[in-house]
Amino acid sequence: MSFRSAKPAGQLRRHLGIYHALWRNSVAREMSFKSNFLLWLVVEFLWFGLQLSFISVIYLHTDHIGDWTKWQVLMLVGASHFIQQIFQAFFLTNCTQLSELIRTGKLDFMLLLPVNTRFLISLRQVDLGGFVNAASALAVVAYAARQLHLAPSAGQAVGFLLLCGAGIVVHYSLMFLLASVAFWTVRAQGIVWGYYNLFNIARLPDAAFHGFFKAFFRFAIPMLLVANVPVKLLIRPFESPWEMALLVGMSAVCFALSELFWRVSVKRYTSASA
Amino acid sequence: MKKYWHVMKIGTENMLVYRFNFFFRAAVSLLPLLATIYLWQTIYRGQKPEVAGYSLAAMISYYLLVTIVDTLTAVNEDDWQIAADIKDGNISQFLLKPIDYLAYRICLFLSGKLIFAAVSIVPVGLFMFCFRHYFVAPPGWALTGCCLLSVLLTGLLQFFMSYTMALLAFWLLEVSTIIFILFAFEYIAGGHLFPLNILPPGLEMALNCTPFPYLLYFPVSVYLGQVRGAELGRGLIIQAGWVILFYFVARWVWRRGIRTYTAVGG
Repeated sequence: MSFRSAKPAGQLRRHLGIYHALWRNSVAREMSFKSNFLLWLVVEFLWFGLQLSFISVIYLHTDHIGDWTKWQVLMLVGASHFIQQIFQAFFLTNCTQLSELIRTGKLDFMLLLPVNTRFLISLRQVDLGGFVNAASALAVVAYAARQLHLAPSAGQAVGFLLLCGAGIVVHYSLMFLLASVAFWTVRAQGIVWGYYNLFNIARLPDAAFHGFFKAFFRFAIPMLLVANVPVKLLIRPFESPWEMALLVGMSAVCFALSELFWRVSVKRYTSASA
Repeated sequence: MKKYWHVMKIGTENMLVYRFNFFFRAAVSLLPLLATIYLWQTIYRGQKPEVAGYSLAAMISYYLLVTIVDTLTAVNEDDWQIAADIKDGNISQFLLKPIDYLAYRICLFLSGKLIFAAVSIVPVGLFMFCFRHYFVAPPGWALTGCCLLSVLLTGLLQFFMSYTMALLAFWLLEVSTIIFILFAFEYIAGGHLFPLNILPPGLEMALNCTPFPYLLYFPVSVYLGQVRGAELGRGLIIQAGWVILFYFVARWVWRRGIRTYTAVGG
């Protein structure tokens, strides 16, 4: 459904322009519900604090989980929260709204617009609170790094952020894939909800798992790579470069799969309204 | 009474529509549970056989029991529906009819739980079967009876607290944040994440002064035989006290809310 312009550079500039307008729209929307915006920040802070205290309580009774120490796991929880929140800021609401767009027939208008439809659907709204939460998560990562006496090089820091980016692509692709199920059944919202359970797995240290469970959540649904791999780059660099390659590879595979499924689904779309 | 029986029947039929949704929810929520169990297994491996008085079997039993009690008692959609009823003006019809909204809602809650529990039996039961080696045997008839009574009280307390929170929709445009904040407290202070008695004693004592442990932790600890004799009796009385208190709070908030209610769109 994309509109082909003559030059790819012009295409990019046009999409950036559109995205700029979408941002302004989102900011205006968020600012009209200020108290609600602040309350959501409280909710997210509470849940983040809850995850951190869970780990702290466990480490009252043990000093390692596999080969992970307390501050290493807290750093992992922080990194996982960072990835999840950035994903949330850009994509989450948009993915969950897809089923509503299909149900009400609003998707028709989007398909008609001279812009890549997936781009528009995925990035329509920005959740600004996500950036605030992501900053708090980064603060936890930084504090944990201090406690561990880590002094990451610039290369490590950049690598960490790039690998986090790969993790965000994994979350986005899988969530978009699940949301696209709405093309086949009206009640896809429950499926999207189910994805929240996967976030819970992403923030646990991979050394806690073995056998089928571990293999499944690395090679099929790469939840145990998303946050574990970036953190490992900081705490044990050069230990397992193949895992980094695996995360990047899996993110590409997930994205390709979601694009494939999206194209098949749109082809099948017959519109809900009139 | 007959009209409420009809409400339950209709509620049950309505809920059956969501059976696949329920099934999916119950099945997928077992994933984090499985992850937590693996996490504890790893902690116990190559370490002392007990953590804070829990053997590995007791710890795994704890999480399995939490899952069962949660399936039987947790409020699923009721609070959202009540808030939506108020916001959309749907409660106007209840003000005109000889039906008590709270009783109506309890009926829907019970029928919803019935269907949810029935649908969950397959995935949860299968899960329990896989971990049956770890499951601690029931503590004898008397304690099992007390545990069931406590589960019933837990369900009522869950309902009355959620109901009261949802009634805040009379005053607030958005209650979902408030509901999530309460849920966060319930999640950690109710014992979802870990048994409360692995906390430092002072903290555990402080939590016991709040209603949260009675939303989940208490019936589980009764089953595990951690609460006995006079302590058990006292616990049940406190739990019943919280239920009664929140019942009256719910009634009171409703009366106040109705006064400000303007039937938007109703």
